[in-house]
Amino acid sequence: MTIVDPIKEAAPVDPNVVNITINDKPVVARKGELIIAAADRTEDFIPRFCYHPRMSPVGMCRQCLVEVETPRGPMMVVSCMTPVAEGQVVRTATDGVKKAQEGVLELLLANHPLDCPVCDKGGECPLQDQAFSHGPGESRFVEEKRHYEKPIAISDIVYLDRERCILCDRCTRFADEVAGDALITFTSRGNDTQVLTFPDEPFSSYFSGNTVQICPVGALTAKPYRFKARPWDLEQTESTCTSCSVGCRTVVQSSRDELVRYQGVDIDPVNWGWLCDRGRYNFESVNSPDRLTSPLMKNGSELVATSWSVALENAARMIRLALAQSTNNVAILGGARGTNEDAFAWAMLADKLGINQRDAQLGDGLSPEVFNLAQATIDETCAAKTIILLAPDVKEELPVLYLRLRDAAQKRKSRIIEFSSRNSGLTPYVWRTVGFEPGNQAQIVREALATPEMKEQIARGEVVVVVGRSNLAESEVFTLQALGEVLSAVPSAKVLPVLRRGNVRGAVAAGLTPKDNSGDAIDILNAAAAGKIECLILLGVDPMADVADSGLVQRAFTQVKNVISIDTMINSSNRNADLVLPAAAYGEKAGTTTNLEGRISNVAQKITPRGTSRPDWMIATELSIALGVDIGVSSLEDLNEKLVNSVVAFAPSSDAKSTHGDGVLMARETPVTISGVASKVTDRNAYNYRLVVSRTMYDSAQSTIASPSLAGIITEAAIFVNPLDLARIGVTEGANVRVGADGTNIVIAIKADNGINRGTAWLPFNHTGVDIRPLLNIASDVVDVRIEPIK
Amino acid sequence: MSRLNDANIKLAREIIARYPRPKSALIPLLHLSQEQNGYITREAMQHLGELVGVTSAEVYGTASFYEMFKFEPVGKYLINICGTMSCALMGAHELMHHAEKKLGIKAGGTTTDGVFTLAHAECQAACTEAPTLQVNYRYRLRVTPDDLDRLIDNLRDGKLNEEFPPHGVLSKVRQSIDASRAVGAKAPEDVNESPVWLDGKAAL
Repeated sequence: MTIVDPIKEAAPVDPNVVNITINDKPVVARKGELIIAAADRTEDFIPRFCYHPRMSPVGMCRQCLVEVETPRGPMMVVSCMTPVAEGQVVRTATDGVKKAQEGVLELLLANHPLDCPVCDKGGECPLQDQAFSHGPGESRFVEEKRHYEKPIAISDIVYLDRERCILCDRCTRFADEVAGDALITFTSRGNDTQVLTFPDEPFSSYFSGNTVQICPVGALTAKPYRFKARPWDLEQTESTCTSCSVGCRTVVQSSRDELVRYQGVDIDPVNWGWLCDRGRYNFESVNSPDRLTSPLMKNGSELVATSWSVALENAARMIRLALAQSTNNVAILGGARGTNEDAFAWAMLADKLGINQRDAQLGDGLSPEVFNLAQATIDETCAAKTIILLAPDVKEELPVLYLRLRDAAQKRKSRIIEFSSRNSGLTPYVWRTVGFEPGNQAQIVREALATPEMKEQIARGEVVVVVGRSNLAESEVFTLQALGEVLSAVPSAKVLPVLRRGNVRGAVAAGLTPKDNSGDAIDILNAAAAGKIECLILLGVDPMADVADSGLVQRAFTQVKNVISIDTMINSSNRNADLVLPAAAYGEKAGTTTNLEGRISNVAQKITPRGTSRPDWMIATELSIALGVDIGVSSLEDLNEKLVNSVVAFAPSSDAKSTHGDGVLMARETPVTISGVASKVTDRNAYNYRLVVSRTMYDSAQSTIASPSLAGIITEAAIFVNPLDLARIGVTEGANVRVGADGTNIVIAIKADNGINRGTAWLPFNHTGVDIRPLLNIASDVVDVRIEPIK
Repeated sequence: MSRLNDANIKLAREIIARYPRPKSALIPLLHLSQEQNGYITREAMQHLGELVGVTSAEVYGTASFYEMFKFEPVGKYLINICGTMSCALMGAHELMHHAEKKLGIKAGGTTTDGVFTLAHAECQAACTEAPTLQVNYRYRLRVTPDDLDRLIDNLRDGKLNEEFPPHGVLSKVRQSIDASRAVGAKAPEDVNESPVWLDGKAAL
């Protein structure tokens, strides 16, 4: 018989666990947790306005008062500012607490207008709801309420009704703490306190829509939704945003079969409830009157509406004709806009027909081998001690990833080392920024990582490399070389590839990527320009607007005999196509999507597709039947089952229904490695400027242009140089200059930017006004231009 | 131009260096700016934002919290007449009416020559000496209408220049601090020295 030592056998006490009671029920809390957060896991709801779990507590509204037992009797505390303590006794519904909560609510309502019937928030308003559940029922206030001019526009998108504001500090805290754009603050004092911007400096944050979502009253409203619907008329379904590849969780809301609003949903691994404004408001493009409603076929020089049967028959004829000579005569570009299922259906069709030339990336992506390196998730990236950025400006291209990285740098003590040709949105928060001239990336990375300071930092713990294409005028080779340099300096580093197109990762995994060593998108366009492609299929892409080298695309399109476009609208590429098939847009089709970290989550259908438009997968299926090579798909479930069973990467997702919520990560293949490659330095003529071409959040993307609320925000094209270079060129800010490369000239306005090194010039891609693409040549490694004043 | 002039930028940098975080210097800099321009202009707020690394909105939010920062031009002499209980009982309202008549402006206004601004004030914490007023925040106690007439005339004639510097001049901004006492632009958590109390003794 053994003697049990009670001290040894007792479960070890976890120093991070705190036991408290809330309304006499035991609750287990985490050390440092706030009472209100612990109470949220029980059935006892504590009313609140200012508390938000993703922001630091401020105790502004005093609505969350509760009683805590003390040696001197019960004491009233604000539960959003009071951390739990061992043995704490909390009561949330005593007479004292009720009186206090009713009192606070009565005071909050003293100046709050009772205009709920005309207020957009009415029906989903925390103030309205909690006035019912925790309020006094009647007000003793008979005096005149406060009045302000209503509403005032604080940005292009957001309106502010100051008289409805209860000064909870949620929007101002979000702007400062989460987005880093402290453009709205409390002004004045006492009874005059109000949220305002600086005069003539609007709240032009990329994340302004979040303030509207978290406003606990109707003080902040957004132009796209104002007076559009009432909350009780909305239907909603959870989905994943595909505007970029971050894959933010959203809820898609519609009224009368029209999309009216997206709201962010808080999931831990990705977006924490936040959305960027482009993703939040570009639903307007789905409702655009320019949406295609029926197939269009070329008749003479015009596109004329036709029926699906005629269109599919003709599509099959065009493909069959081209294939009759060689399978190399047909190519498929695109597929990153659709779902995993869409991409897989087209890949199956291509397989059946033997079409190897397909690419979901348009020459501005990364070689798929990057996906086979040891991968990091967003969470793993943000928890790493060192984050190395070989990436584009994430604030512009992947806005919510910027929020996560900023949070990691500010609150989690991750240190970011940024390699960049110009300052990015993250630059103010990084530990070190190392500038490089395009073309010298790999060499600079090698030298920088060899310094004792960097070595010491890298030795501190996990390292994640965030890798993407930061410059459309710089060959992909340099990015891969730089990545190779990092991985030879830190072989244990994990990689987070950041490609911007919505479902590019899913499309590549599903098979829309060059097969059997056939060429990529640029090779396809080159082959087309050489007259070797007879039939080009565009899966929701607009190469004319989206490929950096416009000369190449134009040559390609004049040579291709038949262009078949599957798209939601007419764009510059399918304007002269032979056949345009209308595709169902976001919100009109279901399926799954894959984000940049390889997370598969569902995309939901909320409204019926416009006109006779159909999801891409359905078009592929019908086309396969018309071509006599049936891919054997009769429903989305069918297709998803096939995808899960035949593509390893999708194996864990099992089916679309199980991928609600956080989603699941793609199956990871055994990681391969790439090692350092000799870097190549191209010298720049000292009189020239080396180009950095990159995208911004509001460019002339189709979904932005077709969203009236966003279209006005797109800025005119301009070239940006260091202020000292402006003087060297001999022009003043805003003047027009002639920019030339290889005999091509454009005339464009010039602007000064402190974030650019001397000798480098930045051109934002795809803005309104001057077309900058004639300067770009995809065949050259870097692009150097001359900048001359116009006499 | 209402950005800080070169001499004041130099002083501003000195002031900023006294604090662990640049933005802590914002209020002294607002005083400096008000001294230079007479009031706080938009350009000044933008400039101060640049100097201490915050947005113009944050500068505006801070400045607008405080009564003593003015956003419109103020006369050379700002006369604040207290109107709270004790002063009201002792004739503050009559005093205000008298001042309005004497200066030819309403409370809140500024004379056309830009010399006087007249304003209501809340309790000035000298109730035993009611009614009170302040000229550029310097007290005058138990003020009668005759006293007020004489005060205004003397101010206009420049006889009280010694006692009443023009509005905006605040001696506190001018205080100098020994370089060894300045904390410098260092985060508080990185400062190892113990705090120094105002009497110069080390903290216990």
